[in-house]
Amino acid sequence: MALLQLRDIGKEFGAIRALGGVDLTLHRGEVLGLMGDNGAGKSTLVRIMAGNFRPSHGTMHFNGRPVEFHRPADARDAGIEVVYQDLALADNLTAAANVFLGRELRRGVWPFRLLDHAAMQQRAAELFQELKSETRPGDLVRQMSGGQRQAVAIARTRLADARLVIMDEPTAAISVRQVHEVLDLIQRLRDRGIAVILISHRMPDVFTVCDRVAVMRRGRKVADKPIGQTSPEEITGLITGALEVA
Amino acid sequence: MSTGLHFTNVGRAPWHRRGFFASQTFYVAVAFALIALGMAILSPIFLSGGNLYNISKNFSFVAIVALGVTLVIVTGGIDLSVGSTMALVALVTVMTLNAVAGRFSGLPGLALGAALCAGLATSLAIGLINGVLVAKVGLSPFVTTLGMLSIARGLCYVITDGRGQAPQGDDAELLYSLADGQLLGLPMPVVYLLVLAGLLGLVLHHSAWGRHLFAIGGNERAARLCGVRVDAVKISAYVLSALAAGFAGVLMAGWLGSVPANLAFGYELRIIAASVIGGANLAGGAGGPLGAVLGSALIEVIRNGLVLGKVSPYWQDTLIGLIIILAVLVDRLRARRAG
Ligand SMILES: Nc1ncnc2c1ncn2[C@@H]1O[C@H](COP(=O)(O)OP(=O)(O)O)[C@@H](O)[C@H]1O
Ligand SMILES: [Mg+2]
Repeated sequence: MALLQLRDIGKEFGAIRALGGVDLTLHRGEVLGLMGDNGAGKSTLVRIMAGNFRPSHGTMHFNGRPVEFHRPADARDAGIEVVYQDLALADNLTAAANVFLGRELRRGVWPFRLLDHAAMQQRAAELFQELKSETRPGDLVRQMSGGQRQAVAIARTRLADARLVIMDEPTAAISVRQVHEVLDLIQRLRDRGIAVILISHRMPDVFTVCDRVAVMRRGRKVADKPIGQTSPEEITGLITGALEVA
Repeated sequence: MSTGLHFTNVGRAPWHRRGFFASQTFYVAVAFALIALGMAILSPIFLSGGNLYNISKNFSFVAIVALGVTLVIVTGGIDLSVGSTMALVALVTVMTLNAVAGRFSGLPGLALGAALCAGLATSLAIGLINGVLVAKVGLSPFVTTLGMLSIARGLCYVITDGRGQAPQGDDAELLYSLADGQLLGLPMPVVYLLVLAGLLGLVLHHSAWGRHLFAIGGNERAARLCGVRVDAVKISAYVLSALAAGFAGVLMAGWLGSVPANLAFGYELRIIAASVIGGANLAGGAGGPLGAVLGSALIEVIRNGLVLGKVSPYWQDTLIGLIIILAVLVDRLRARRAG
């Protein structure tokens, strides 16, 4: 049974057609590379799966059931975690506060439920350690490097038992060593049966960790094949439009 | 705390460059202490019990409202309607008290209770309208609350025909004692202020709601993506701001013994100034009760200093404006130095 099944998903922003009739299937523990030029519609597809906005048309099945996400929390409750392209961090809060934003740990009984600062710091520190990121849970995100900010955004996906983790260009702004950690994490997620969608412009990343690669061009999916049956050259051709379809 | 992590390349700012000691609120606390010290040396009257009692009472009204406005400012909004809200709620409360006076004879407190409920309902209505227009309809906070400033002030004149209203009946004395009495030697407004400021500090920094308020001010889109109920939190900030204003208005009514239709006219600027001087950032994401209280206190001490120094009161507004700009300037310089 497929974990995620998108059928004929389309999205228009006024006169702009960002997505037109996209079908996509993803199985448990599968890592899909999603590639395409800027403006191809990758982030729009992510936002639909994440419950940011509804598709103009099309249906979505998750875990065997038809789903309609009205807000991001719906997708998260269903088991979909997202690392957004802009990371979605509040600069004025600490790393730990950002990791737990929207699902703070609290203790006490209502109405005296207060934040459990110590537990959140502790858990955030563990997550950063797991990601091998030198990030202090108590530091303000405003003062952090690109890699540390990325770690904060990725750490969020590890809070709950996710079934699907979507990463929108998670390696765009980080060092070689940190890219390695992110790819490592993706492999560990797959080993646990968690599906991953990796959006990336970096061909080596996609060919290192992905089982399958799908290519988008001008809002349409123009290719979707196992990584073993394609090559970086073919994918490049598909992205640029030198190759029409594969 | 120890996390077992070893950092090789991540330095930590020295203590005086982070946390409270690097905040605008801290600078304002220092400025406040220096000015108070200077005035104590220059004027023997400043530290006299009577003068301190008056200062603390006067600034409490502004500070209580500043607590509420600070919440709105933290979300990145603004509430210009608080001065008018103080007046309208005070008038509705006093007029209800007078309308029901005598109906509950033999049941002390009931008339005042009914009057306070009417005031509370007025506050809630104003806060809800502001909040819903801003959060749900998406109107600009500045324009929405500017409109409400005018609507509420207009209603003050409509319901009173421009005549001042004085509390009457058996419960009027009760109102006076609640608003103008003393507890442990402190004026009642100061007692309310301290309790409210303490509660707010606790809730802002130790509840999920407080955390969400700061997150919205820092990055509203991110807060929404992370599942924060942005609209509800924003509306609650405007409601609390209106409630604080209404409460302070009723206290002022009890203190003055009558409510003119122009009560608290122009107070919104002093209140917002107090929040901003205390470190609330109009761009959102920063501010707190300590800052609101310190900002209000600083303004009042300077006003008091001008009075004691026999400077023309016309200079007050000019000086307060200078201090606002100075406080923001110092904060900007600090931020630039910190990089
Ligand atoms: N909120 C929006 N409003 C209007 N147009 C949008 C919006 N989001 C995306 N688009 C448009 O949709 C198209 C696809 O964008 P996007 O999904 O961000 O592409 P990608 O992530 O592949 O670079 C682009 O033409 C973009 O301008
Ligand atoms: Mg994108």
